[in-house]
Amino acid sequence: MSENVAVIGVGHSKFGVRMDVNIPELCWESMKPAFETANLEPKDIDFFVVGNAGVWSSEAAVPALIAEYADLAPKGSMRVEAACASGSAAIRIGYTAIKSGIADIVLVLGVEKMRESPNPNVIELIGRFGSYFWEFENFGLTFPAYYALHGTAYMMKYGATEEDYARVAVKNHYYGAKNPYAQFQNEIDVETVMKSPYIAWPFKLFDCSPITDGSACVILASEEKVKELGIDEKIWILGQGAGTGSANMSRRESYTSLASATYAAEQAYKMAGIDIDDPTKYLDGANVHDCFTAPEIIAYEDLRFCKRGEGYKLIREEQTYIGGKIPVNIDGGLKAKGHPIGATGVSQAVEAYKQLLQKAEPGRQADINKGKWLTHNVGGTGHYTYVTIYGLEKR
Amino acid sequence: MKDEIKKVIEETGLPIVQDEKSGAAQWVDLRELRLSYVISVENIKPFYEGLKEGKLLGTKCKKCGRLFFPPQKDCPSCFDSDIEWVELKNEGTLETMTVVFVRPPSFSMYDPYPVAIAKLDDGPKILAWYKGDPQQAKPGMRVKVQVSKRKEGYLMYEIAPV
Ligand SMILES: [Zn+2]
Repeated sequence: MSENVAVIGVGHSKFGVRMDVNIPELCWESMKPAFETANLEPKDIDFFVVGNAGVWSSEAAVPALIAEYADLAPKGSMRVEAACASGSAAIRIGYTAIKSGIADIVLVLGVEKMRESPNPNVIELIGRFGSYFWEFENFGLTFPAYYALHGTAYMMKYGATEEDYARVAVKNHYYGAKNPYAQFQNEIDVETVMKSPYIAWPFKLFDCSPITDGSACVILASEEKVKELGIDEKIWILGQGAGTGSANMSRRESYTSLASATYAAEQAYKMAGIDIDDPTKYLDGANVHDCFTAPEIIAYEDLRFCKRGEGYKLIREEQTYIGGKIPVNIDGGLKAKGHPIGATGVSQAVEAYKQLLQKAEPGRQADINKGKWLTHNVGGTGHYTYVTIYGLEKR
Repeated sequence: MKDEIKKVIEETGLPIVQDEKSGAAQWVDLRELRLSYVISVENIKPFYEGLKEGKLLGTKCKKCGRLFFPPQKDCPSCFDSDIEWVELKNEGTLETMTVVFVRPPSFSMYDPYPVAIAKLDDGPKILAWYKGDPQQAKPGMRVKVQVSKRKEGYLMYEIAPV
């Protein structure tokens, strides 16, 4: 048993349209720096886990593929799927494996190669991540549509506007432009978003995260291993909450909140010793699941960065930029960095490591005074949420 | 096999093309798979009988009275499968909506379609296409549930303004 679990190595591939690499090559692009930062080799790994949603890409046995490519065989492994939260689900497997004492060092990889399929096929396949039979089969819901149903409800309830949603995209592009690993490295303005074509009203093209190839990797270790290896540069997992929502949107109470997220946040805050009524007092920043613009604002509220109905004011007042109440998605978020489904949760962990250890690129390093960072990763239409708190000091 | 790739194979002896944007070499997979599932509705047959009569049916646990939509045959509150089919109130209020402009290829035969979620007067919520002007739709407005025939020829429920 290990009371505490640390992230001791991280790696991140370039996110984007990666026609230049195949799946194992893309994996190695983030695995190599993860091994190097941890100062470990493949033989040191006890267990490894891959977050990957697949379906649009050719290879299903990704763990075996990387075992072969990167000398990880015959160590144990699995692939996990929790839609867009697959990466965080993989971290949970690694975290609990070490906590239980069954492993000391676990490699967690998130990877997605969505561009192996043409865009229309990907649009078709993502729509099926809702309730296939009652939502997709007869009503042709797409992923933007599921979240647009939330976006509309939020606007109508609180008086937020499409311009407020656009402001989220503007912020995330602003920081994406400073992140060399991001898919989009250009700044945009509110007008760019407002003039882009509708995908699912009220969302326009620039309200949506792109279809992305990418991988991200973290190496987790037990407290004993951290001591034994004399690891200086690391962050600790202080808490993680996991929640599940109904398959059908029609079975939900509210469309201005994700029940799975509020549940996961409560658990994570409790584990990490964070006052649930004032979490921003404890956090230097956060990465939230901005698969679309409105869900970032809803995440502010589910995570209690502000009161219900006030999330849109946070972005209006630029309180989630560096220097504001709490910097959010200052790596570009899913919106500008890109959203390679299975890699996203692991990419968020990489960002927590870089921010807390002050290794972020110029112009996008938050002030680190409190030593804690939050990640919020949602799968499906709110089907799965993982909220994880990372810190410089162990509990 | 698409004609283009056939031509490439004839000319070069391999199904390898250059990606238009990056110029990177891509093997074009020849093993195409068409997916269509067969999904059991054996235990919810009455639901479809209801549609034929223009009714929206849900299930109700005989023991605790819990209403289910989408219908389910087991009540997890009572661990009981003694359910009855009941007609749901066909009126309610609009909760939220969207208009799907970029459609999945399998829905390309339809124009952009509005989708709404309505809360029926007896409690359950439903998600369906909205037959009405989406510009005039506001949360809280009164809506009804009706059954109509799709372009594809089959019956399905939809939400419409009262
Ligand atoms: Zn019951």
